[in-house]
Amino acid sequence: MSEIETVVAGTVPATIASTGQDQFSGPDVHGHFGQYGGVFVGETLMAAVEELDQVYRKLSKDPAFWQAFDHDMKHYVGRPSPLYFAERLSKKFGGAKIVLKREDLNHTGAHKINNTIGQALLAKHMGKPRIIAETGAGQHGVASATVAARLGLECHVYMGAEDVQRQSANVYRMKLMGANVIPVTSGSRTLKDALNEALRDWATNVDNTYYIIGTVAGPHPYPMLVRDFQAIIGREARAQSLQEYGRLPDALVACVGGGSNAIGLFHPFLRDSEVAIYGVEAGGDGVETGRHAAPLSAGKPGVLHGNRTYVMSDANGQIMETHSVSAGLDYPGVGPEHAWLKDIGRANYVSVTDTEALDAFRMLCRLEGIIPALESAHGLAYACKLAATMRPDQFIVVNLSGRGDKDIHTVAKIDGITV
Amino acid sequence: MSRLKASIAALKAANRKALVPYIVAGDPDRDTTIALMHQLVRDGSDVIELGMPFSDPSSDGAIIQLGAERALRQGSGLNTVFDIVAEFRKTNAETPIVLMGYLNPLEIMGYGTFVKRAADAGVDGLLIVDLPVSEAQSLLALTRPLDLDMIFLVAPTTTESRLSSICENSSGYIYYVSLKGVTGAAISDTGEIGKRVTALRQRTDLPIIVGFGIKDTNSAKAMAAVSDGVIVGSALVQKIGELTDSGKRDEASIAASTKLIADIRQALDA
Repeated sequence: MSEIETVVAGTVPATIASTGQDQFSGPDVHGHFGQYGGVFVGETLMAAVEELDQVYRKLSKDPAFWQAFDHDMKHYVGRPSPLYFAERLSKKFGGAKIVLKREDLNHTGAHKINNTIGQALLAKHMGKPRIIAETGAGQHGVASATVAARLGLECHVYMGAEDVQRQSANVYRMKLMGANVIPVTSGSRTLKDALNEALRDWATNVDNTYYIIGTVAGPHPYPMLVRDFQAIIGREARAQSLQEYGRLPDALVACVGGGSNAIGLFHPFLRDSEVAIYGVEAGGDGVETGRHAAPLSAGKPGVLHGNRTYVMSDANGQIMETHSVSAGLDYPGVGPEHAWLKDIGRANYVSVTDTEALDAFRMLCRLEGIIPALESAHGLAYACKLAATMRPDQFIVVNLSGRGDKDIHTVAKIDGITV
Repeated sequence: MSRLKASIAALKAANRKALVPYIVAGDPDRDTTIALMHQLVRDGSDVIELGMPFSDPSSDGAIIQLGAERALRQGSGLNTVFDIVAEFRKTNAETPIVLMGYLNPLEIMGYGTFVKRAADAGVDGLLIVDLPVSEAQSLLALTRPLDLDMIFLVAPTTTESRLSSICENSSGYIYYVSLKGVTGAAISDTGEIGKRVTALRQRTDLPIIVGFGIKDTNSAKAMAAVSDGVIVGSALVQKIGELTDSGKRDEASIAASTKLIADIRQALDA
């Protein structure tokens, strides 16, 4: 097959090297999705990143590796997660059927475990006795502490000091499983600062430490391998759609912070051009107010935490503070594959505000008896708007990426209630 | 000949070790940074590494991050960096200046604008911490015609295969990172560093200057003994932090804050 040209907005056309595969088989060997992705870390970490790339490329061709992964997915995580038709919610909007991919029913309550199980297998294979991770809302921290406990590995989780306060239940869950939670007091004391601190730890302890990045960002190969582990969501959803509805969905919707649950759902459908794809960013107070966490909607290409992607920076290139009711979406960058999918037009990126997400959160509780994570409620809010514009014979798959138990204090506080 | 090459050649001819201090542009403010730069020259510095402050300096330790935060609070950005260099150049045409920082501000300004403004201001070299050689080709294509040197790091973890491409693409000097970790950490094994620097000499004629963890005359002497010179960052930025806290900006206070550099010069020349 000849080289495939992809037009990237605002740049010269980027060429993806000929691999005998189509344009969605990226990244290329250097970790690029078009102009995005790549490896942008200090020299001390380069060898570790290259080693991980080599190990993963080898292991990912080994059927036994995926058998071990699938075994854990079934017996430890509880997969496959159901595809559930939210009938009462759908009726309310009178349009397309809204169908939920129930990642909230996974062990530890979110999609994050899919990734940590996969990376723990890599850590074990590489003989690293020490695990580090960053976390925002705490879900990835919990999922990392979980796999570390199961494998008997030492685990240190970096968490912004603000988030340690906001998410005290998750902090305690991590401690119960033997992890050391380190509050980060530098910078804005949130997720991006936790990532900086984790990178510093990794550079210091690179010989014995495996860094489990929680999303499809960071230097190559992380965006690729995290996607590959999360793609089980989309593979299941695709098979379940064909089985239940006899055809593929008309649209996919998922929330996008770093973007791991979204790419996990989207990736197995990228070649199905009839399936519309929507990633929903955190609009905070509204993108027009500047108080949001929506780099794809309002950011510019830049470099943060190891990869080139859309970033929220000011005119001087300093990273801006983000605002979202959802700690898991409160991040100024986004996975590079999403940046590329936006530019080539394969996926649409939109945003919903805090208020819209909270409305969707409450609606799902009342109409379906499901308490969604505030992150997932962003996807849900957009899906409801989208459904209303579609026909009843169509259906939308929404990634319900996590359960909302961790958020009840946040919502109660907004409602003026002390739980 | 570029200022950096001239300075390196002069050091070699005099058989002296290079002394390279690092400070953050705009820490604690624009004018004090310029005064500090002139003082560092008087203290015997050969090259000045001027930090471009960044909000998320993930290869730096807490001391330099705090320095960057002080500068950013004063509104320092690339405009301030270029302004400081241009102002310094009005009265100093010799001392080479290397800008050290992170890539995102360059991405947002645009590489073309950045290198032109840097060269116009009187910058001699660039060291972008999170830009490895493999991703640096488009920037190198712009810096070469302007005679801006690109300095890359070599770390204890750098593999053989990476060493060749780093040496091929570097000019000015090689920055050897003394330890696994971030700026400001403590050096543990001088002997191992000596071995690595000696091995590196087989691959390049460029001077090899050691940085990270050099905080006093003893560590400076030990590192200079096995290399072509030393870079002193965190220990100096710590002193500048104390200067900020004192609120003093007079000449004597500024000279007191860089005394470590004068002491190290003396120790290196002894």
